[in-house]
Amino acid sequence: MSSKTIFDRIWDDHVVCTVPEGPDVLYIDRHFIHEVTSPQAFGGLKKRGIPVFRPDKTVATADHNVPTTNQHLPIQEELSRVQVEKLAANCSEHGITLYGLNHAYNGIVHVIGPELGITQPGMTIVCGDSHTSTHGAFGSVAFGIGTSEVEMVLAGQCIMQSRPKTMRINIEGKTGKGVTSKDIILYIISQISTGGATGYFVEYSGEAVRSLSMEARMTICNMSIEMGARGGLIAPDEVTYEYLRGREFAPADKEFDRHVERWEKLSSDSDAPFDRELIFDAAGIEPMITWGTNPGMGIPVTATIPRKDETGNTSEASFGKSLDYMGFNPGEPMAGKKVDYVFVGSCTNGRIEDLRSFAQFVKGRRKAEGVTAWIVPGSRQVEKQAAGEGIRDILEDAGFELRQPGCSACLAMNEDKIPEGKYAVSTSNRNFEGRQGPGARTMLASPLTAAAAAITGVVTDPREFL
Amino acid sequence: MPIEKFTTLVSTCVPLPAENVDTDQIIPARFLKATSREGFGENLFRDWRYDNAGRPRKDFVLNDERYGGEILVAGKNFGSGSSREHAAWAIKDYGFRVVISSFFADIFRNNALNNGLLPVQVTGDFLSLLLDCIVKDPRLKVRVDLEKQTVSLEDKGEYENFEISVYKKKCLLNGYDDIDYLLSMKDRIVEWEQKTEL
Repeated sequence: MSSKTIFDRIWDDHVVCTVPEGPDVLYIDRHFIHEVTSPQAFGGLKKRGIPVFRPDKTVATADHNVPTTNQHLPIQEELSRVQVEKLAANCSEHGITLYGLNHAYNGIVHVIGPELGITQPGMTIVCGDSHTSTHGAFGSVAFGIGTSEVEMVLAGQCIMQSRPKTMRINIEGKTGKGVTSKDIILYIISQISTGGATGYFVEYSGEAVRSLSMEARMTICNMSIEMGARGGLIAPDEVTYEYLRGREFAPADKEFDRHVERWEKLSSDSDAPFDRELIFDAAGIEPMITWGTNPGMGIPVTATIPRKDETGNTSEASFGKSLDYMGFNPGEPMAGKKVDYVFVGSCTNGRIEDLRSFAQFVKGRRKAEGVTAWIVPGSRQVEKQAAGEGIRDILEDAGFELRQPGCSACLAMNEDKIPEGKYAVSTSNRNFEGRQGPGARTMLASPLTAAAAAITGVVTDPREFL
Repeated sequence: MPIEKFTTLVSTCVPLPAENVDTDQIIPARFLKATSREGFGENLFRDWRYDNAGRPRKDFVLNDERYGGEILVAGKNFGSGSSREHAAWAIKDYGFRVVISSFFADIFRNNALNNGLLPVQVTGDFLSLLLDCIVKDPRLKVRVDLEKQTVSLEDKGEYENFEISVYKKKCLLNGYDDIDYLLSMKDRIVEWEQKTEL
């Protein structure tokens, strides 16, 4: 048998058949849905007069437009409320499990899948959300799809998809103090640009990736889409199995060990062919921050804003437009830039380790005057854990407030919007124009760099405090 | 359920030379709250098209009376970011049937094709030529021929071939729908499920 990448292994295991001169018909093991990209898909089924084919393989949550305060009250914003209610009605009609608002398992779709053990190695996973790549951290083939494709999966539990090319990104060596997995991925995207992996499915490997916790690995895979990749994955190992063992929907006891035996076969052969291979040195990565309006526009927090796009992917006009939008000039240092808002949360950095690292940093310190901070747990379980571990108390003592779970200010579909012209250091995944609210200016960074900004009120290298 | 067929289109173009036009620009998240597929064109490029008070921004191309037509010609890496199909719906609903760019984000490309909106990928050189010609002559007509897989500048003779999968081409030419096709294979899916350890 010829040598294979882990991606090819999983993909091949799920091909039901191939359309002549067309895409593969790929079987989907797990399908996640949420309130924003699913209503039209259910509407399509209704028009066709067909049921959901395998309702037990779809799990739903309400996350994108839910409020992050007073979740026990009806949602104030009418259109959001209608969407959330529509999701509940659709799930009930078709027999789909829903972890709706106020359910103990509610939360951001890419946070709850892993924490409940629904996401497992070797699976094919899709969701009508581009950050579905998060689940690749478990060694699964996970990717975002559009609503027509959501309808397709509901209708036939398969998706028609052409096989992407494969890319391996090796991060060799060890990262320095204060450098997190968020910095690693922002660094990679800054090197290859926001379209640099379009058409590819990425495997991350190397010592710096292997040494990361599951949650840190999820942060890396989460942002694969920000360089255009179809998805990103990391081969499963002991770290993966330990994370999964005992989780609600993970296999139990002997069954779990039997699964581990299968999962251990999920790795790329040493001579597996990749269409493209990149190697980076972890030691060269510093805490990162973005200065522009796409995730590829990142630099070390200690650096100055470039004078032109050194990757050659942005014309002078677009480069200037980004700087204008941000109100920045070429050559200015990022450190010391005023910060009005700090947002910690999202499917990128809304997990318990993110809250721990933020809390540990701000413990015994005070939030800077004039900074508004939104600390938003990724799920009910994260919220509960944060309270149980004393993180809520630490945050409150330092002048912060822990809100209720949801996507929140990452995409500003709920009330959590950064006002026009204001500067936000955000642990989320996109700094596009208006992403966090019309006219909002986003600087993407790690929870540690966000903590340093929250304490000082300006962009700050977190290592100064470590 | 058949989709709208696409064979040949001859139209004037709307130039949008910016690179990396992301789906948050095409349709901001706050406009994704509808539960039907219609009406998104109203908010296409909302924050580039209107100011905060809802007044049209004169410097944005959709508000420039010189330009119009069913072909949007955009800079490299069009449609990056979110998987929202609402982006394709908004472009189609506004009245475009083709987007020409030198590079498309993967999910956007699929979403467009699933809605009968044809993404036409051309070389960077051809894109520059096209943008130049449109700006010089906004009445310039461009022909997109799906059968021949060509995009050409009418009256100028300049043309380029574009790629599309044989399957997707057949779907668009005939108005076939992926989901109908998948449903026709249900027995094979069930058979596959039975022989596979899930």
